[in-house]
Amino acid sequence: MMTQATYAGVLDLTVGAFLLAAVLIVWRRELSSIVHLLAWQGAALAAIPLAEGIYRGDAGPIVVGVVVLVLRAGALPVLLLQAVGTADTERRESTPLVNTTSSLLITAGLTILAYAVTRPIIALNPAPATRAVPAAFAVILIAVFVMVSRRRALSQAVGFLMLDNSITATAFLITGGVPLIVELGASLDVLFAVFVLGVLTSRMRRTFGGTDLDQLRELRD
Amino acid sequence: MSILLLVPILAPLTATALAALLGWRRLTASVTVFAALAVLVAGAMLALRVESGAHFGVGHLLRADSLSVTMLLVIGTVGTLATWASVGYIDDELHSGHTDRKSAHLYGVLLPLFLAAMALAVLANNIGVMWVAIEATTVATAFLVGHHRTRAALEATWKYVVICSVGIALAFLGTVLLYFASLHAGASSAHALDIDTLLNNAPQLDPDVTRLAAGLLLLGYGAKAGLVPFHTWLADAHSQAPAPVSALMSGVLLSVAFASLLRVKSVVDLTLGAGFLRTGLLVVGLLTLLIAASLLVVQTDFKRMLAYSSMENMGLVAIAAAAGTELAIAALLLHVLAHGIGKSLAFLASGQLQAAHNSTAISAVTGVLTRSRLIGVAFVVGLAVLIGLPPFAMFASELSISRALAGANLEWILGAALVLMTVAFSALVRNGSRMLLGQPAPDSPTIPLPGTVAAALITGIVLSVALGLSAGPLTQLFQSAATQLGASQ
Repeated sequence: MMTQATYAGVLDLTVGAFLLAAVLIVWRRELSSIVHLLAWQGAALAAIPLAEGIYRGDAGPIVVGVVVLVLRAGALPVLLLQAVGTADTERRESTPLVNTTSSLLITAGLTILAYAVTRPIIALNPAPATRAVPAAFAVILIAVFVMVSRRRALSQAVGFLMLDNSITATAFLITGGVPLIVELGASLDVLFAVFVLGVLTSRMRRTFGGTDLDQLRELRD
Repeated sequence: MSILLLVPILAPLTATALAALLGWRRLTASVTVFAALAVLVAGAMLALRVESGAHFGVGHLLRADSLSVTMLLVIGTVGTLATWASVGYIDDELHSGHTDRKSAHLYGVLLPLFLAAMALAVLANNIGVMWVAIEATTVATAFLVGHHRTRAALEATWKYVVICSVGIALAFLGTVLLYFASLHAGASSAHALDIDTLLNNAPQLDPDVTRLAAGLLLLGYGAKAGLVPFHTWLADAHSQAPAPVSALMSGVLLSVAFASLLRVKSVVDLTLGAGFLRTGLLVVGLLTLLIAASLLVVQTDFKRMLAYSSMENMGLVAIAAAAGTELAIAALLLHVLAHGIGKSLAFLASGQLQAAHNSTAISAVTGVLTRSRLIGVAFVVGLAVLIGLPPFAMFASELSISRALAGANLEWILGAALVLMTVAFSALVRNGSRMLLGQPAPDSPTIPLPGTVAAALITGIVLSVALGLSAGPLTQLFQSAATQLGASQ
């Protein structure tokens, strides 16, 4: 059993780790370390329902937490690691559209924006878990930023998964998680979407000889 | 009743299972056609029963009301045309070596899966399940868009999956926020996302959180409906997909996504009043119309031309939804059905042109009417439906939408929309006549016309004419859908 103070502390710690993983993903260029960071972020995500389950002595959130852990810290990163190419040019993010310093500054700006956007949510229910929601929202914005500023197919897939992690984190924090049938369906969708992106990445490598998204410029008006 | 609600989901799933086991064969392809017909028949059988109100099935998981039935009819009709045409289309590709058995197998599995996901999306009573189904359509159609394994098809598939997944993720965030608001309005966690619970509790939802949720849902489902700002995938995906898939994506998937938006709107309007989403839909609708019309003018590719015409129509549908009166909503639903059939005709015909010329350039194709009477007529009828010529149904629906806009004091919007639609109209007429009329070039290839494609085209032409002459009992259904969605008088 946990006291409320311990629970709030654990929650702050996990959500902090969750946000930190996102910032490190913005900072790093090596694709395999980006995927490893994503796995750590998945583990931090799973800790939210696990902590809640232990605090309330409820088995439901613990089961959900274990499923999230297996999927987001295990299966999905493994699926992505398989899509990292073996060629040297394929292992790193190419010269980014926005340099690292500016990227980190933008990340800080997005985090502040997240605090502004989430005010109505906290106003409706000022519980410890809800108070942590700005961090999850910050990761949503950072994920979108990663998706538009990276040029490797795999980095975009990582951005997509980060977006999904952060929306799931928001759901855990403000509602204790969506109903089971929705959670299962959504997880299945994400699993298949990542599978599709993985297959497309390897098709891209076969067809274009690389996964630089700058090569995708045949279709335009 | 439960059975009737399950048929539109289970029939296509059976076809998927069969195709997975047996591969691409006449038998599995025909079962898929019958599954699509089953969706249509189940929709028709439900039509009379839902006029008095919504029916529920499988606990409270599924729901049939006049909007779901309308959408089932659209899915069933276009689904039947597209799966029927697929039989000959894929067989032809196999003969000519444009595809292999493995790709054909995958096509046979995914096409009915796509139909099942759309049926679930319109029948779900839980808006979380509705979201799962809409995202499932993206997953199911990804490899259908990439069926032709060219560079361009791969590029289109990547953009499609990435942009739609991000867009639809925003809709999930909106759903989570609505769930949060619903729990705080006193709903139990098992039913907080049910449409009937949300409608009952709508006045008690927290307005600030609901506003945030509504904005995200508009952006998210708007992405799948081809609306600004996440519209950039549309022309690529719709032009690279095989013709029957383009017909389904353009003719049905866009409007299924929009139907989800109508569901959300019926709840949100009760909480925030009609003004909030009206503004959002007007901005998004007009911008979509503007982009579609401008790109139609400079278009040199006939499949992209048809794709932008779909965007144009979705823009108009969004504007009609913004008007929100019973007249506007009923007209919008007629518009969606007529557009689905007309767009299928145009895409199925264009698929055969593409097969003949190995190109989708407008300049490569001339004299279609003299070269193949049926393909020419199908293309003419398809275009005539799309540009809203009488006697076809979109003439009536566009007239009603205009009247509704004028009635809702949106004359400025009406004026702007009419100007943009005229621009689109002239572009479609100019490009269409360049392809259809004139002398065929001496070295023009013969246009192949497999039997099932011909049958689907003839059926589509007959349906377009029939729907134009009289919407018959459908008028009643559209009216009842508008009333059930809480449209104002």
